[in-house]
Amino acid sequence: MQRTQRPRLSPITRRRLQVFRDNRRAYWSLWIFGLLFVVSLGAELIANDKPIVMQYQDQWYAPLLVDYPETEFDGFLPTTADYHDPFVYEQIERHGWMLWPPVPFSYQTLDRDIQGPVPSPPSTRHWFGTDDQGRDVFARVLYGFRLSVAFALALTAGSIVLGVVIGGVQGYYGGKIDLLGQRLIEIWSGLPMLFLLIILASLVEPNIWWLLGIMLLFSWLGLVDIVRAEFLRARNLEYVRAARAMGLPSHLIMRRHVLPNAMVATLTFIPFLFTGAITTLTALDFLGFGLPPGSPSLGELVAQGKNNLQAPWLGITAFVSLSVMLSLLVFIGEGLRDAFDPRHIVSAASPRPAQPHTPVQESLP
Amino acid sequence: MSRQRLFELRRLSVRFGDSVAVSNLDLHIDRGETVAVVGESGSGKSVSALGALGLLPPGSQVDGERTFDGQNLAQLSPRQWNALRGGRIGFVFQEPMTSLNPLHTIGKQLAETLRLHQGLRGEAARKRCRELLAQVKLPRIDELLAAWPHQLSGGQRQRVMIAMAIANDPQLLIADEPTTALDVTVQQAILALLDDLRRRHGMGVLLISHDLNLVRRHADRVVVMHDGTLVETGTTQAVFETPRAAYTRKLLDAIPEGRPARLPSAPEPLLAAERLGVSFARPKPFLRPRPPAFVAVEPLALQLRRGETLGIVGESGSGKSTLASALIRLVPAEGEIRFGERRLDKLSGNALRRERRQFQIVFQDPYGSLSPRMPVADIVSEGLRFHHPELDEDAITQRVAETLAEVDLPADCGARYPHEFSGGQRQRIAIARALILKPRLLVLDEPTSALDRTVQKQLIELLRTVQARHDISYLFISHDLAVVRAMAHRLMVLKEGRIVEQGDCDTVLTTPQSDYTRALIAAADLSLA
Repeated sequence: MQRTQRPRLSPITRRRLQVFRDNRRAYWSLWIFGLLFVVSLGAELIANDKPIVMQYQDQWYAPLLVDYPETEFDGFLPTTADYHDPFVYEQIERHGWMLWPPVPFSYQTLDRDIQGPVPSPPSTRHWFGTDDQGRDVFARVLYGFRLSVAFALALTAGSIVLGVVIGGVQGYYGGKIDLLGQRLIEIWSGLPMLFLLIILASLVEPNIWWLLGIMLLFSWLGLVDIVRAEFLRARNLEYVRAARAMGLPSHLIMRRHVLPNAMVATLTFIPFLFTGAITTLTALDFLGFGLPPGSPSLGELVAQGKNNLQAPWLGITAFVSLSVMLSLLVFIGEGLRDAFDPRHIVSAASPRPAQPHTPVQESLP
Repeated sequence: MSRQRLFELRRLSVRFGDSVAVSNLDLHIDRGETVAVVGESGSGKSVSALGALGLLPPGSQVDGERTFDGQNLAQLSPRQWNALRGGRIGFVFQEPMTSLNPLHTIGKQLAETLRLHQGLRGEAARKRCRELLAQVKLPRIDELLAAWPHQLSGGQRQRVMIAMAIANDPQLLIADEPTTALDVTVQQAILALLDDLRRRHGMGVLLISHDLNLVRRHADRVVVMHDGTLVETGTTQAVFETPRAAYTRKLLDAIPEGRPARLPSAPEPLLAAERLGVSFARPKPFLRPRPPAFVAVEPLALQLRRGETLGIVGESGSGKSTLASALIRLVPAEGEIRFGERRLDKLSGNALRRERRQFQIVFQDPYGSLSPRMPVADIVSEGLRFHHPELDEDAITQRVAETLAEVDLPADCGARYPHEFSGGQRQRIAIARALILKPRLLVLDEPTSALDRTVQKQLIELLRTVQARHDISYLFISHDLAVVRAMAHRLMVLKEGRIVEQGDCDTVLTTPQSDYTRALIAAADLSLA
């Protein structure tokens, strides 16, 4: 049998993509956010206190990848070379050359050459100024953005896995499993997450993994209700009953027939999980219970803005970067929600999908 | 005899964007007359009535002359429309389950229409409500006024809807498939009620239906529609006895005919059930004893032989679907089920799943039974991939193509998605999905109920061919006696979970023993076939 070319995406998926693309704001937000994230992934190449490559006495060095001791450049200390140090800097300039990133500061570089008091206002040297320890704000925002988004990504992915599995099992089997699961979840959701984090901060030195782990314990709770409801509804759909009558095992039915239904609700929930993760992390950092001191964090920048009202660039930068990031996410979320809304199709006046809807003649008149 | 013209449409056309739903429709209704609009689904019969009265969603465009009692409908203000609809024109819709608000009592909903259109309040409104419910012949009126919609049966709800429609003594009643969702015996009662009300109030009635049986009994004139255009119109007698248009003849001919193929003298039994019963436990109220379980199917015995079709008929709620699901172990049941040489009721888990390829089921709703996210080839091959993991991709493709050809679907449809197919084609896909596993028993749960008559007829022929070719046994569930007669060798009549009557299909239909069966047969009007 000659099989005709099978479209890879189901018509439903194609229609949703089309609706999403037609929503200009969401579409552009997705692109801008994606671009910002990709750029921030290469933060080391943009803002760093080490040269990207350099030549010293006709030898190649890549300080970005390898830590060279100062003695390598005829210094005195066997510690990692500080390329901002006037002695090292001059040595290298005299016997070779260095290629610096566009911003020669990393998020934790203390700029000791600043004229005047810190925080210092924006200048050509520090585009967004420095904070009250003399660290470059642009570099901190760039690294902070990356850390926030990566944290939110990991948290969202973890929540989805946990939420879908637990909600799915409860919804699909129903009955006693569902009843027991729901009661356990009710008890679990009674635990105050923020207090737990604060208590934890006094017991251990919180790092990003601790925060991620603790928040993951709670962030899936919101998803369970949605996924469970979808599974409960879908398990009695006729095509699911048909699959059961065919003798398919439960895990296949769940994966192939029920999960695609539940994923719609889950996907619309993602942007809210994402923004929630970012704001929680920022709030913890602002309160000082979050990432260890020195980490690039937007919350810490907000706190600095609050403590240094005489340096408005701190507060403004924190505000703008957070609001741009969260607004972009909300726009994307809006677009996703519309794309998955079956009632939205009417207003999506768009060229017809590639495959026209042809209910072929029933061989009746 | 000159009658007064009540409602008239001239050159009515309805468009949704680029697609034309109705074009150039002429129609008129006199006082005291019932005009029926018939046609298959998608022929534009409902759309024309809704369009003429401005009830279509925005985005539709209605052109043409519309007059009601001398008033030009195209020039009405929204306020005038509201006075007209529900006041002088009443509506009865198809779905009695969804057209009543579940959050208000019957009395409140009835009183609301009275208050809006006649300004009746308090005791006066209640008195009128009682009158209306008495007119539609509902029992225990005072209880009903305080009842919630979910406490009523489908027929009772439809009577309430009719009471609401006639509450303001309309001159025109538009009944859009008023009985389609109801059981046959109830259908007749509702239509008789409409006839009675029409005579008493001198209403004009526009009856929209696809059921020729009903139309023939209850309409004065008939309008046949096809693809949004008028095919034929005339008095009921003329249209039914001397149809002029080819399409009308086709509609009239589309009554399931023929009989199932004869069986060899003594086929071996395939499925046997002893003392099979299904009951559902009711939830236990707090601090009170648990109420007795709800018995859906009383313990009964049943036998199905090889290549035989057993028809199970009964009205909704009679337990026929539950019985079939219990037989193939989809709902828990007690009793003994013997399938071939095996005890089906003793199997569980993996062994039961393996056995399932021997018995398959086809559901009623062709729209809900196929996953919208999977192309047809995947839907059809899913069971095969699970039960025969040894087959390679080419063999599976081969089997899918063969099976699709067997149910008369075009070979290229494997790559397409269910939404591209019509109801009848989807039902064929569902049958292909069941047949590909080469089952010995096929449970058909109202497989033709959601389809038009002409499509039903083709599907029945297909099912008979398949049965003859593969020697499959069918368990055929239906409420439609005409369809069952064309399919079943033996018949079992169920009522409230109990067997009322069973035996050879023709014998039961020609010489019914119980009153219930007789009522069913009378309502189905089998003489037409």
